[in-house]
Amino acid sequence: MKNRWITYPYIVWMILFIVVPIILVLSYSITLESEQGLSFTLENYKRFFDPLYINVLIHSINLALISTTICLILGYPMAMIIARAPIAYRNMLVLFFVIPMWMNFLLRTYAWMSLLERSGLINRLLTSINLPSLNLMYTNGAVILGMVYNFLPFMVLPIYSVLIKIDKNLIEAAQDLGANDLKVFLKVTLPLSLPGVFSGVIMVFMPAITTFVIPRLLGGGQFTLIGNLIEQQFLSSGDWNFGSAISMFMLVVILFSSGLMGRYDKDREGMGLW
Amino acid sequence: MVGRFLKRLYGSLIYIFLYAPILILIVFSFNDSRSRGQWGGFTLKWYKELFTDSQIMSALYYTIIVAIISALVATLIGTAASIGIHEMNRKQKSLIMNLTYIPVLNADIVTGISLMILFIFIRLDLGLVTLLIAHITFNIPYVILSVLPRLQQLDNNLYEAALDLGATPWYALWRVIIPEIMPGIITGALFAFTLSIDDFVISFFTTGSGVSNLSITIYSMARRGIKPQINALSTIMFITVLLLLLIIDSRANRNIDRKENA
Repeated sequence: MKNRWITYPYIVWMILFIVVPIILVLSYSITLESEQGLSFTLENYKRFFDPLYINVLIHSINLALISTTICLILGYPMAMIIARAPIAYRNMLVLFFVIPMWMNFLLRTYAWMSLLERSGLINRLLTSINLPSLNLMYTNGAVILGMVYNFLPFMVLPIYSVLIKIDKNLIEAAQDLGANDLKVFLKVTLPLSLPGVFSGVIMVFMPAITTFVIPRLLGGGQFTLIGNLIEQQFLSSGDWNFGSAISMFMLVVILFSSGLMGRYDKDREGMGLW
Repeated sequence: MVGRFLKRLYGSLIYIFLYAPILILIVFSFNDSRSRGQWGGFTLKWYKELFTDSQIMSALYYTIIVAIISALVATLIGTAASIGIHEMNRKQKSLIMNLTYIPVLNADIVTGISLMILFIFIRLDLGLVTLLIAHITFNIPYVILSVLPRLQQLDNNLYEAALDLGATPWYALWRVIIPEIMPGIITGALFAFTLSIDDFVISFFTTGSGVSNLSITIYSMARRGIKPQINALSTIMFITVLLLLLIIDSRANRNIDRKENA
């Protein structure tokens, strides 16, 4: 069958709304407007390496790394528990992991605000048992909590879907050959589940490093992350050229690392990037 | 024995962590006090006021309109594209799939601002049209990623057989291919619909004054304190989704049982 032309609407759409916008961002990032008109420059990229902005980048990477690590530590055992549950419950357990994602993302984050704030539930609980109230909101901890809360399912689900595909015979064979539980885990289960771990890490780290909503709501604006920096350039300081340079930088980093990780993901053979 | 207890405890703690904030929103939707954190007795007044609140109702209207239209258009373009992509040779396929992965992998904020720059560049007023274009753009790839695997599982002989039996290519496509890949199309459409309903970042940059969806409305309220009517609305939406998913899941389970017993 030769129906190739029915792809054309899609190709036209993606060129108009994906390729052209990226070219526009790129051209903003390498130009500067002055009295002499437009001129080519790499100044916008150079500005990004100013310690002020590099610190924002390092801070974002730090928070995203911590959140990803916590998600992995909390998520891996959870994925194992779900994968080893009796089939009758298993779908239910997965479903209940997905359902919170159907609640608006901003509302869920907002709900944490009412838990963490000065007069929030956690502090009320603490004062009612005569403990001093804590300063929970507008801290790094609150931002990390928000990230872990929102992105944990992205870690659990890919690991789970790899774990259930592992051939049980392999595990039994290892046990028959005298390996104890720890050894079976380290030598069989863990290595076989690595593709799931890789995609989980990508799926948590990427949104964590670029989110601007979570730091805005839970970090109270004093913790500027890379996402907030981009937003600022476009919505308040009006420096589109610098904002575009940061965006291009993020785009390249994301596509490059996804491409690298994609090599481990054998399920998407021939479909992934590169 | 201890291991099993620990597993259950751990699992319960994670689920409590996931559901605690949602439970709080639900409880506060019945709270007869404006301040969050203070319990003022049980009330249903927020549910009544919800339907007369023009700001929330307009946001809900735009959220649903955009979700339905963008899911439909994305499903149409995406399904057609998948059928075409399936025909392509390896090189063309990998080129176009790389294009497809860009909006999936890209940070929402970068997709959002790049579209905003485009709309401003071509002097298209930010509003409902730009919001729709943006949503269709990030929805199409998810439709393709749901439909394409179905096509790859499809037995190519089915189509050939239909042609041998005298069907025109269109008729064969419509009566053989489309029904076979229908589950993928439906998954893709649902996926697109939910992504659209939940999107904040891309909408935030691609909509203009007067047109705001629920996420944007909630964001603009969040720092000052969210109207309790929003809690009521999200409780209704949450319960609806929960019931729908439970029904779908129990039906799916029944089908599995039937197959296993047969």
